[in-house]
Amino acid sequence: MNKAYVNIKNISKSYGEIEVLTKISFSVGEGELFGLIGPDGGGKTTLIRILVTLLKPTEGTAKINGLDVVKDFKKLRTRIGYMPGRFSLYEDLTVEENLKFFATIFKTTIKENYYLIEDIYSQIEPFKNRRAGNLSGGMKQKLALSCALIHKPDILFLDEPTTGIDAVSRVELWDMLKKLKEQNLTILVSTPYMDEANLCDRVAFMQKGKIMEINPPATIIEEFDEPLYSVKGDDFYHLLLQLRQMKITKTAFPFGDSIHLTTFDNIDFRELNGMIESKTGMKTETQKIKANIEDCFMARMIDTK
Amino acid sequence: MERGNNYIVEVDNLTKKFGDFVAVDNISFKVKKGEIFGFLGANGAGKTTAMKMLTGLLSPSAGKALVAGWNVEKNPEKVKLNIGYMSQKFSLYDDMRVNENIRLYAGIYKISGKEIKTKINILLEELKMQDLRKKLVGDLPLGWKQKLAFAIAMVHDPPVVFLDEPTSGVDPITRRQFWEMIYKASSGGTTIFVTTHYLDEAEYCTRASIMVDGQIKALDTPENLKKSFEVDNMQEVFLKLARGK
Repeated sequence: MNKAYVNIKNISKSYGEIEVLTKISFSVGEGELFGLIGPDGGGKTTLIRILVTLLKPTEGTAKINGLDVVKDFKKLRTRIGYMPGRFSLYEDLTVEENLKFFATIFKTTIKENYYLIEDIYSQIEPFKNRRAGNLSGGMKQKLALSCALIHKPDILFLDEPTTGIDAVSRVELWDMLKKLKEQNLTILVSTPYMDEANLCDRVAFMQKGKIMEINPPATIIEEFDEPLYSVKGDDFYHLLLQLRQMKITKTAFPFGDSIHLTTFDNIDFRELNGMIESKTGMKTETQKIKANIEDCFMARMIDTK
Repeated sequence: MERGNNYIVEVDNLTKKFGDFVAVDNISFKVKKGEIFGFLGANGAGKTTAMKMLTGLLSPSAGKALVAGWNVEKNPEKVKLNIGYMSQKFSLYDDMRVNENIRLYAGIYKISGKEIKTKINILLEELKMQDLRKKLVGDLPLGWKQKLAFAIAMVHDPPVVFLDEPTSGVDPITRRQFWEMIYKASSGGTTIFVTTHYLDEAEYCTRASIMVDGQIKALDTPENLKKSFEVDNMQEVFLKLARGK
């Protein structure tokens, strides 16, 4: 990690009795692409809203490039780019009017910083006279990202930019983030899609207002130390139910076209397949596999229950 | 009512135009009873418009569709009574209790008061939510809400249920528990018609279709789709098709 650019210390946030963030502490390095990974209700949006100065923490402090998110909020707002989870541009303004509006608010012009958004904006520029409300989901996103970047921020916050977006647009968005990172922009992005963790330099697993782990994705995968197998069979659902009944089974979950099985003890996969076949009476195919990020997240969830 | 075969959804050259724009372009397919049918496509490909026609909410511009034996254009109200539907946006009442929500929807589908009581008990037991009966739905975690919404979509035992992105934003364990509810319903004979952006979930479907620009560009079992596109997973099938414009 380069020198810390974002410094978060013991941030908590409560609404009355309900605590939505509990003592969050971590740093993000300059130029780092940092991911907040976790399901809805985990506290990702609340944390981002605190960092972009829209919400005050109940406890703790957070600084971005030395500026405090509470005391220095005015100064900070000119330095950060923020793309909220919900499309928040003016639907009744055109594409170009929206961009102009944000440029003007930040006392700059489209021309001055065009080079920053060129890659992204050029894709929607043919529709610059169309109202934002009439754009497709993918195009709305490109516009929102252009508007978040037009004042040349030092750091970009994106709150679930890929939620509800199809697989093609998701890949495109991550390509754009990669390019922005190359220009040394610090990026903090949240997502409920576990596979996107692999595209970040480091990720924080968030669940129920707490951080379960912070590490580079490769480290998280290496740390996974349970025996893990993939099991395939014709009657998927019954195979799953039967696997759960076996004494050796710790967890069994569907993963695409196979079932991921963790066991209490390490068993040779051929021997394991024999055990499964004699238990289920089905023809099955078992292999020892390496964990992916989602396996790791689920293991953490079960451990912290 | 036109009935008497193995198909629960039969779509014939279905088309929807908005002015000059063709949102759904002449699609035809059939869904078998008890299938888990994945209805995939990029944003703006026409999935939602097609779903709205199949659930009797939108009248087609041309073509024909039979759902649960009823013609969606001529008998949309019959269609609505005979299907289950879980919308993308959470649509239970947050300020009502769990049991009140079940009672409301059961009542809408004209289930008798006595039967409703048994229904509530069975449903809560299956969901392992007996202790949450009196809880406000708004206070439940998202995963529980989604499971409850699914169960309520099936409260009147429809032969087919339409699920529109039911697992969006749900944690990975609950997402899988949700799919187990789908398997269970399907193994009990209910047909499931489901959309999703999680392409690992497309692998769980009996068959899946992929829509591009208003048309169905592929429809087969996940295994055959992967074979014919020469790729390892449904994500790559999807990227190949949806990008190849």
